[in-house]
Amino acid sequence: MSKANPVRTTVYYSTPTESHPVLQSGKTIKSVSYQISTNCSRLQNKVSGKFKRGAQFLTELAPLCKIYCSDGEEYTVSSCVRGRLMEVNENILHEPSILQEKPSTEGYIAVVLPKFEESKSITEGLLTQQQYEEVLVKRIHAATATSRASRGITTTTAPTPPQPARSVC
Amino acid sequence: MFPLTEENKHVAQLLLSTGTCPRCIFRFCGVDFHAPYKLPYKELLNELQKFLEIEKDELVLEVPNPPPKKIRLQELEDGIDGIDNLSQNGEGRVSVIEDGSIASKSSNLNVCNVCLGILQEFCEKEFIKKVCQKVEASGFEFTNLVFSVSFPPQLSVREHAAWLLVKQEMGKQSLSLGRNDIVQLKEAYKWITHPLFSEELGVPIDGKSLFEVSVVFAHPETVEDCHFLRAICPDCFKPAKNKQSVFTRMAVMKALTKIKEEDFRKQFPCPPNSPKAVCTVLEIECAHGAVFVAGRYNKYSRNLPQTPWIIDGERKLESSVEELISDHLLAVFKAESFNFSSSGREDVDVRTLGNGRPFAIELVNPHRVHFTSQEIKELQQKINNSSNKIQVRDLQLVTREAIGHMKEGEEEKTKSYSALIWTNKVIQKKDIEFLNDIKDLKIDQKTPLRVLHRRPLAVRTRIIHSMETRYVDEHHFHLYLKTQAGTYIKEFVHGDFGRTKPNIGSLMNVTADILELDVEVNHFIVEVPICTLNSAKVVLWWGGH
Repeated sequence: MSKANPVRTTVYYSTPTESHPVLQSGKTIKSVSYQISTNCSRLQNKVSGKFKRGAQFLTELAPLCKIYCSDGEEYTVSSCVRGRLMEVNENILHEPSILQEKPSTEGYIAVVLPKFEESKSITEGLLTQQQYEEVLVKRIHAATATSRASRGITTTTAPTPPQPARSVC
Repeated sequence: MFPLTEENKHVAQLLLSTGTCPRCIFRFCGVDFHAPYKLPYKELLNELQKFLEIEKDELVLEVPNPPPKKIRLQELEDGIDGIDNLSQNGEGRVSVIEDGSIASKSSNLNVCNVCLGILQEFCEKEFIKKVCQKVEASGFEFTNLVFSVSFPPQLSVREHAAWLLVKQEMGKQSLSLGRNDIVQLKEAYKWITHPLFSEELGVPIDGKSLFEVSVVFAHPETVEDCHFLRAICPDCFKPAKNKQSVFTRMAVMKALTKIKEEDFRKQFPCPPNSPKAVCTVLEIECAHGAVFVAGRYNKYSRNLPQTPWIIDGERKLESSVEELISDHLLAVFKAESFNFSSSGREDVDVRTLGNGRPFAIELVNPHRVHFTSQEIKELQQKINNSSNKIQVRDLQLVTREAIGHMKEGEEEKTKSYSALIWTNKVIQKKDIEFLNDIKDLKIDQKTPLRVLHRRPLAVRTRIIHSMETRYVDEHHFHLYLKTQAGTYIKEFVHGDFGRTKPNIGSLMNVTADILELDVEVNHFIVEVPICTLNSAKVVLWWGGH
């Protein structure tokens, strides 16, 4: 899971949440890649000007990056938030461990800027910490065996400032 | 001394007989000194008639009896257009009898066919008095004024027609008449009216005055007089935004320079025909140019934006620095509105200490403009007494140039800050000492997330010149910094998710956050104490270090 943190309800940054397998102890991240398909690399995202022209548009399920673990597991992190991609964190390319060590700060994956009109509804669609934990509990009960296929679940939860926000998508 | 000579007789006769008023006749005869124009209308008519040896009962341009004139002025007061009180008299047409004398078919050719009344009643004392009454009623304080007057564009057309007529007549005498030999209508109008204004209001006319009285005339009856010009010179009359009518004075004058005489004469009568009514007064307005007040402010609240914080019509935080200062000024100067500007600004939650941040306020259309230095001091005291969130000092009147100087060098300045820092790890005094030794540290700051929605995404390199620490406890210390202008201090402390590097957290290998921030603004100022409005000195210089 990853979480989206709203900053003054207008800019969100995505990081994986604690329940994400990548953040389970014992896992080592070998590398991270922003090449999500043959034609699309999030690294190519370039925005210019005050209105951030040129940004790649993201839907909730749009992949942000792929995480390759040393045990062979591969995870795709999705955006969870509709909006325009501002930047991806290149630091996790050089130092993948910060994804695990500092997921709430320097280990962020991306910064997404939603449309002004949508920012309020997006924030309201997020979960509080408590709601998020309830979702986790439900999932654990309904757990099926995890497959080797990369099917990352991203969660973003609702904000209680200054707590980070999460939502399930 | 009557200003016309024998040489002018033919032209004067021609113009008078076709319905032109004495003052316009003077203009076309090149009378370029003020005195004759200032004489009363009736007297001018009499003198003219004597000069031309016309018998009184033959006079064409007779002044109407007092009642019609009074009615017209009454309607000026009521705001109605000048009445059509001459319709029953019709337009007097004059026939020139063989023996050279002029007979009139009917009298009361009242309204001048060239100036449409501008140089008849609208330059005389009664009208000027009416204007001055309005000026006095408007409640402005002024020691001089500039008078601006606007005439309907069709006057240029009539002037042109009259010129062609007179030029032709003078040609018969082998005399030439250039366009510039004629005295301009506006010039003659001002010769007459300026002394009248001065007398009535007790102040001189000064072209540089900030107080403007403007009168706009219109003549709806002849509005279409200019329209024929569009067919002949279409590119003079291109419609542009913000223009109500395409037939502006400039456009009409331009077209008149281009049009050929034959073409003009085909479309417009020479001499111009006599109108039924005089001009109407479209507006009489007064306005005072903006005055500027400058000073410095300290901000002691951590909950006050510099400008009003309103989103979707909802005010998010009460008041603002701008309003706390400007509301008082607006009231005292009796101004319409204000524009607030300052040399830099600070966040809502940041205090402004030191000598204070320079600011300047433009007061738009102030009704009151003269203040003694004592009064300004009292105004400053009033502002300071009304709120403990801000304090103002060095309040003074300045010129417009001062604002430019204030903004100058904003980029070059160094800023001093004081921050209260929290660390997640326990710290000892020795853990922060190394910060004191760091000089001119270069940092790279990506646009902070908190402003990213309104700023372009970029990386800014900034310099932290020096730092000084003061230990508080295991999780807190004070940090004093001197930095380059434009440095985001908060992000330098907490690192903004690693997007500002290096940062206090990375330097100390802790997670750090900023709890409080103060900025010390100490621009040095070279100043010449309080200038009064009418002096042209540049008063305030804002320096920096």
